[in-house]
Amino acid sequence: MRLEPIPHPSTLRRTAPPLIALATTLATAMALAAIAGANPLATTLQIAAGAFGSKLAVLETLNRATPLIFTGLAIATAFRAKLWNIGAEAQLYAGAIVTVLLGTGAITGPAALPIAALAAIAAGALMLLGPVLLKTRLGVDEVVTTLLLNFIMALFVSYLLEGPLKDPMGMGWPKSAALIADARLPRIIDGLRLHWGFLIALIVALGVWVIQTRTTLGFEMRATGANLTAARFAGMPVNSVLVKTALLSGGLAALAGWSEVAGLKGHLSADLSPGFGYTGIIVAMLALLHPIAVIPSALFVAGIFVGSDAMSRAAGVPTYIADMLLATALLTMVTAILLTRFRVVRQ
Amino acid sequence: MTDILEILLSASFWAAAIRIASPLIFATMGELICERAGVLNLGIEGIMVIGAFTGWFAVYSGLPLWWGVAAAFGAGAMFGLLHGTLTVPFGLSQHVVGLGITLLATATASFTYRLALPQVTSPPRITPFEPFPIPGLSHIPVIGQALFTQTPLTYAAFVTVVLTAFVLYRTPLGLALRAAGENPAAVAAQGLSVTAIRIGAVVTGSGLMAVGGAFLTLSAFDSFFFEMVNGRGWICIALVVFGAWRPGKALLGALLFAAFDALQIRLQQTPIGTLVPYQVFLMLPYLLSIAALILMSRRATVPAALMQPYNKGER
Repeated sequence: MRLEPIPHPSTLRRTAPPLIALATTLATAMALAAIAGANPLATTLQIAAGAFGSKLAVLETLNRATPLIFTGLAIATAFRAKLWNIGAEAQLYAGAIVTVLLGTGAITGPAALPIAALAAIAAGALMLLGPVLLKTRLGVDEVVTTLLLNFIMALFVSYLLEGPLKDPMGMGWPKSAALIADARLPRIIDGLRLHWGFLIALIVALGVWVIQTRTTLGFEMRATGANLTAARFAGMPVNSVLVKTALLSGGLAALAGWSEVAGLKGHLSADLSPGFGYTGIIVAMLALLHPIAVIPSALFVAGIFVGSDAMSRAAGVPTYIADMLLATALLTMVTAILLTRFRVVRQ
Repeated sequence: MTDILEILLSASFWAAAIRIASPLIFATMGELICERAGVLNLGIEGIMVIGAFTGWFAVYSGLPLWWGVAAAFGAGAMFGLLHGTLTVPFGLSQHVVGLGITLLATATASFTYRLALPQVTSPPRITPFEPFPIPGLSHIPVIGQALFTQTPLTYAAFVTVVLTAFVLYRTPLGLALRAAGENPAAVAAQGLSVTAIRIGAVVTGSGLMAVGGAFLTLSAFDSFFFEMVNGRGWICIALVVFGAWRPGKALLGALLFAAFDALQIRLQQTPIGTLVPYQVFLMLPYLLSIAALILMSRRATVPAALMQPYNKGER
């Protein structure tokens, strides 16, 4: 047996991977529920209902999906050019820190919100600039440097929250002072717990799609990712493309931090992100790195988390089932992609 | 300065450094074996977690300590088999699969822990490995306490390095393994299976990573925490690069790294510790790893076929 490439996969083959991933995720959910001694079907339905079953549940899922769209876009952009940015978590916090620095009174008036957003983008871009320059100049692998920066950033945030950024009125809790009203993202509709960050995330996804498919930079990114040597041979400034990709990717991840602080939490704390940067990798891979597909993918991932939390409270199956399901979805998805590119030939 | 000198001259400091190095040595050797065969294994972080959990859980369930080590190796090998299957014959992205394995292994550990112990608030304890002074050698001043009054698992770590180096450089198997990472076509031309060699390397390497994780629960501490691996796996990947993919140099790197780690812990107790925020000390290991990567970048001797899938007959 061997794998033979398919030059032009059919529509069926191209739509199969997400469906296979979804089916495997469902089967895994039922299997894990059974192992935990709960009713498999009821547990799976409870996860679905917990995520999308009521107005409150849907709003919670949309809120959870918002930062995941940003980090998912950040990863999709970077991975498309085969720039392995695993540091979205650190870039997210860089954006959050800058938002707090500027948003707690340093700037007032209607400019406070956009200026904080732009500064956050710049901070996130800078976070990834170091690793990408080390990669292009010295050949240092960016996987390890970006990963290690996540740990360094977590400690830096802890230092800021116990020192310079500690809220004097915080009753000893390690959190920053609250943003002023000018720097906050308003709610889309009064009374509904959903902020503008969600809509901005949708618009940004569209923007990233335009960049990827309609601009020279997007073409160069894809060419670099597809075959670096060929892109270089074709005369593309590969290193500069990688740097631009990094700036874009870091900026996108930082928007997640900005949107969480300005839209949802209103302040910085060490638990601002329960791993949104890492989860962005799953979001991007489930979307097959397509910027628009990142949106449904983020909703799916957010739904699994929110639904599992709700189910866990009711059915007693550990909430870590969410991580199991997402890891399974990720691995099945990347395996199922083989179906679109190869067929098995018996020799 | 006198503080630092005093620390560096104490036997307990070097004993601590070697203790801190032990899990890193196991996992670094594991990663090194994978990479020499041509496979980058980013599952390392999660495999260390599953190793820490499985080893602890086996002993908690009543098995002897060495059975715990074996169970950890087995669990790591299973995840290695999954990693190897997806990356070697299927040729999937080693980055994505590796991160997926880390996620799956970590989630499996957390899920099983919560399932087995739903109500516990403080992690249950086991009786870990006791230090085993080697007769005679442990009486040598300083070195005796630092090197020869460790737990058996630490001695096993050093034996692993010797074994790895011996197999890699002195046996036909090691030659084939290294060739699979440098020039897989040449291995295939010899009539050997690149796929089998690479999967074997990933399975064995992952087992060693898991034993590194198990060191944390069975020797360094006596219970399992979710965050206990805390980036050690990523540091080991940096150590492989720092060691230029050679077991001896990687061992040296792990010891050097652990010495710095032991030093920063002790410096926190000195007057310097009151001047500098403790987070800065905790950052040092990670900063040091990045510095090591930069330092070694010029002299990198990366296995030529690292991250290159090999398909027979495809050129």
